Amino acid sequence: MAATKMRWGDTLDDDDANDLPPSTETGPDARGFKTKVEYKRNDKGETVKVTTKTRIIKVEKKVYEVEKERRRWRRFGNALNEQEGESVTARALEEIPFDRVRQQKQTQEEKKQSLEQALQGHGRADKNAVIGNLKEVLYQRRMARQLAVARGDAPMPDKPPGEDDDVPGLPAAGKSGGFVPSVMRNRSAVGETMDMKRREENSVRVTNLSEDTREDDLKELFQPFGQISRIYIAYDRDTGENRGFAFVNFVMRDSAQKAIDKLDGWGYDNLILRVDWAQPRAERV
Amino acid sequence: MRPYLLKGHERPLTQLRYNREGDLLFSCARDHNPTLWYSDDGTRVGTYVGHKGSVATCDVSWDSYFLITASADSSAKVWVVETGECLHTFAYKQPCKAVTLSLGDKMAAISTDPFMAESAAIRIVSIADDPRDSSDEPLVTIPGERSRFSRLKFTNCNARLLSAGDDGYVRLWDVETGKEVEANKIHDDTVNDLQLSNDGTHFVTASRDKTSKLVDTATLQVLKTYQTDRNANSAAISPIRDHVLIGGGQEASEVTTTSSRAGRFESRFFHKIYQEEFGTVRGHFGPINAVAFHPDGRSFASGGEDGYVRLHHLSESEYLKSDFLDA
Repeated sequence: MAATKMRWGDTLDDDDANDLPPSTETGPDARGFKTKVEYKRNDKGETVKVTTKTRIIKVEKKVYEVEKERRRWRRFGNALNEQEGESVTARALEEIPFDRVRQQKQTQEEKKQSLEQALQGHGRADKNAVIGNLKEVLYQRRMARQLAVARGDAPMPDKPPGEDDDVPGLPAAGKSGGFVPSVMRNRSAVGETMDMKRREENSVRVTNLSEDTREDDLKELFQPFGQISRIYIAYDRDTGENRGFAFVNFVMRDSAQKAIDKLDGWGYDNLILRVDWAQPRAERV
Repeated sequence: MRPYLLKGHERPLTQLRYNREGDLLFSCARDHNPTLWYSDDGTRVGTYVGHKGSVATCDVSWDSYFLITASADSSAKVWVVETGECLHTFAYKQPCKAVTLSLGDKMAAISTDPFMAESAAIRIVSIADDPRDSSDEPLVTIPGERSRFSRLKFTNCNARLLSAGDDGYVRLWDVETGKEVEANKIHDDTVNDLQLSNDGTHFVTASRDKTSKLVDTATLQVLKTYQTDRNANSAAISPIRDHVLIGGGQEASEVTTTSSRAGRFESRFFHKIYQEEFGTVRGHFGPINAVAFHPDGRSFASGGEDGYVRLHHLSESEYLKSDFLDA
């Protein structure tokens, strides 16, 4: 027992004998990291290399000359008796954010209200604006369809769906009140369903969206890949925030594929987007 | 941001004030010791010991040499900011509520509460070059009625004195004669706070009637109204942005009846012109009694019923860069 115990004289020798590598310190680099490498001996007699990395951040602050003087003031009153370690000042452990007040719901309601108002005929200017807008939208849709037809990407429409019945080139349906053969009658229905199907084929599902993404944002994001026919964002009925997913329908399948290839895994608004083909309705159940 | 929590007071806070440069923060509370803090890291410098009642308000001189405090012990005391030495005591027979210094720090206006048979009053006293030589005898006494004056401010180069009272009125007084010049009842209930804008052309009030109002200093006409749906205890105008900071919350006596979320014990940011709330900073466990902006507009302090002062340094990315319009 006594033999194994080291005497003070021995320890000094010992230190000299297996000299540890000197600790090195490399000054702050370009990013402000300071690295300190130390060598220590632990209880078991093993040599341990300890690397400490410290980042030094310099914050420049302009202060008045008097402030520097006041910084040297002596404590007085109750602060005089303050003991070390029982300071009345503490830094909050929790990160307190500056919370933005969301008023999206209100604005949506307002929008709806103003639209309703306009439709009811209150305020002529509003009404005109809405109708003008609608006309523009319809015109754009028609042009998009015609463009697709001209390019040969989409088949010639058997019957234009919906609003634009006045498009020439349809012998039977064009005349109002005229006789429509039963074959023709069905064709319009078939055309509609085919069109629906086609739409779904070119539909892209986007998930992991941030809550404040709007139609315009998605339009901006997906426009570069091709003509978009429709954007649908699922909104929460109660909060008015979106539920984190959306469907984007492309006019062409190619552009949808391009969008999927490019945007799946794309970082958007601090989130990583998932972009995929939308499941056909039947499979979704 | 991680705010600093200053736990120097045992009782609810009543007022917070920064000095002109903004490096010093003064806090008044219902305990008897107003406290001085460094505003950057919240270190306590000292306390002003001597009052025997709750301290309602304070004001600091332009050069940060002396501090004047008004207390419910029926006195207003003048202190040396640096050492905490009491230079002079203005002693009255009624509790003191509001105190303010004139431009140039040669005068102070002190309001006293209605007490026993006495009505409320505002006393304008002169402060001598050496505050020790000041006289208790007021230059002008403005007699009030049964309701007290909660806040006072000198405006218009010391020609006018602005007062806010428990009756919901804001009034302008002629400093020389003590006559009322202008009066406007802008609130249905007690006005708890009144803070001037940087240039003094307008001020913001906070009232128990759950609104806060922006008012023109010269005409006392209400310019804007901020709906807070809870008692507004304190309001401040940002020195750099078109923002108004309002502190308040459910009345302390009703707090136990509802959840803390319903109390709205947050510092709330309203846009000064659009009157719309666009941001909040939470943290207090009770209603906020006092808010103040740092003169550089990049940090603010809030003091609560819970006895805490919270010092917030607003980060560039969260608050200063984006306005609520592009949020």
